[in-house]
Amino acid sequence: MGVDRREFLKIAGYATLFGLGGTAAIDILAPGELEASTTGIPLTQGKRWSMVIDMRKCLAQQDKKACKDCMVACHLEHNVPDWGEPQHAVKWIWQDEYEHVFPDHPNEFIDEGVEGKPFILMCNHCYNPPCVRVCPTQATFKREQDGIVAMDMHRCIGCRFCMAACPYGSRSFNWGDPRKAPKKLNPDFPTNKAYPERSKGVVEKCNFCTELVAKGELPVCVQACDKIKVHALNFGDLAHSESNVRKLLRDHYSVRRKPALGTGPNVFYII
Amino acid sequence: MLDRALKGTTGYWSWLGFLLVLIGIGAGCYIYQYFEGLRITGLSRDVSWGLYIGQLTYFVGIAAGGVMVVLPYYLHDYKAFGRITILGEFLAIAAILMCLLFVFVDLGNPVRIMNVILYPTPNSILFWDMIVLNVYLLLNIVVGWNVLAAERKGVKYKKWVKVLAYISIPWAFTIHTVTAFLYAGIPGRHFWLTAIMAARFLSSAFCAGPALLVLLCLIVKKVSKFDPGKEQLRTLGGIIAYAMIINVFFFLLEVFTAFYSQIPGHMHAFEFLFHGLDGYGKLAPWMWTATGFAVVALVLLIVPATRRKEDTLAIACISVIVATWIDKGLGLIVGGFTPNMFGTVTPYWPTTPEVLITIGVLAVGFFVLTILYKIAVSIKEEAAA
Repeated sequence: MGVDRREFLKIAGYATLFGLGGTAAIDILAPGELEASTTGIPLTQGKRWSMVIDMRKCLAQQDKKACKDCMVACHLEHNVPDWGEPQHAVKWIWQDEYEHVFPDHPNEFIDEGVEGKPFILMCNHCYNPPCVRVCPTQATFKREQDGIVAMDMHRCIGCRFCMAACPYGSRSFNWGDPRKAPKKLNPDFPTNKAYPERSKGVVEKCNFCTELVAKGELPVCVQACDKIKVHALNFGDLAHSESNVRKLLRDHYSVRRKPALGTGPNVFYII
Repeated sequence: MLDRALKGTTGYWSWLGFLLVLIGIGAGCYIYQYFEGLRITGLSRDVSWGLYIGQLTYFVGIAAGGVMVVLPYYLHDYKAFGRITILGEFLAIAAILMCLLFVFVDLGNPVRIMNVILYPTPNSILFWDMIVLNVYLLLNIVVGWNVLAAERKGVKYKKWVKVLAYISIPWAFTIHTVTAFLYAGIPGRHFWLTAIMAARFLSSAFCAGPALLVLLCLIVKKVSKFDPGKEQLRTLGGIIAYAMIINVFFFLLEVFTAFYSQIPGHMHAFEFLFHGLDGYGKLAPWMWTATGFAVVALVLLIVPATRRKEDTLAIACISVIVATWIDKGLGLIVGGFTPNMFGTVTPYWPTTPEVLITIGVLAVGFFVLTILYKIAVSIKEEAAA
């Protein structure tokens, strides 16, 4: 958008003063980008964070170029090494075809627009997370203040009960020491000195970028998507009825992965 | 009493030496796993538990199965079993020890194991499993040791020992129920999400545990002057027969629900195990082997003549152990993880170091079992003399 946060908040503040509402700032600065970028409330004050993924926009961008910006950005931010072995992969945000993402929606006559198409996957930050229920050390826990399912990699004993319990395959285990991941595939590891490295033998997963949200910044995958002006990833507060995500969910039909299991996924897909 | 373990025949010492070699090999492989991480196993992000946790499950069953001699003696005053309750209790001790070691070698970060106690979490079944297993271990050590000490002195054991023995009976049921709850409460894994899981576990435990006990009694009879007794083996044979029938019946109930309802998620694991899925069927020959052994076991156990003859009973017991081991120690865990959460199949097969670590843990269990049995049998021999 070409404005920094401080400037944006200043304009938003003035706009509010003049009775235009905070969102007016966006209309002034960059018309049409409203949907993706704002929640209407400061990022540090969300009560129930969620992600609404507009797969129409994402797939359009993937058709244009094999876009993997969100995944690259996330794995750089969080020091996720590439093992070169799919069975040992550590995945925070990744792609899989529609049929694998929604295995309980089998349809042999599915619309060509989604058949076999790569969907974006991440931790669902469930409202009722089974991984948290089974963890014997509270190393994984749901944050009271904003519903993010977080992970304390320094407490985890590596029993992998959470991996058995997660119905979404969203949890990854460090089968080896991240530093011993093939140097050829990871010449710059660790990619982010500010983010902790892991020891071997602990579980990790998407944390909705708690480290960035605490600073009032959007998750890095959303930033990457916004940067190329695709705005397929929308991070916002479900508890706030006027938030970007609530608005998107009001205006579009959306689906979640395996909702019948009662986990209450907080990641939604607009198809 | 421990001194009895220090006097033995060449056969005794070479058996212990053999186990020590296996323990050494397992320990060496474990050190390798400790430094390299669990990537040296066949486990993966989709099949994240395997041989180790399968053995945990199986040997919790063996430990719980020991109650099948304790219960008739203490609750039904079935005196004949008084001769062999100690063998059941000592088998339980060795089995629980193996269970705890199997959990330990499966941990990614074993040095943090005390976090389970430092941050007690009642909503986690693993927390309760730790409690019930450790208490059951303690109960069996205290009861077994005191009963044996009383027998050595030729006196009746104290009343408080009997109280603990009574407590150990329902406790045996809890250890396997809680272990079943590890699996049976997980959303999204159809093969495990079944209310009959704990009942299945108990039935397979109550045939596999006594079956191993029968074999151990026959070995004890062969290598020592202590005879566990004809009637005892005969009663155990009857218990094994009933438990194995119930075990197979429960399994067939699962098969009916899956295949009559035709719900794909419920059928997939069975198809994977017995036939193969997406071209991956490495477990199928194993599962059919288990089926074959189960049939042999049932025939030999149901026909009175073969059940009552010691050598055919031994074959039946071996068949029970093979069938239940493949079912629970291998198929149950891998089947639960297959197909994975994306509806695809990720193959799992244990690696050589993984197998050697498993054998090492088994060797630790049998080492302890041998020593405990040596003590018990020596004292029984002295009492008889």
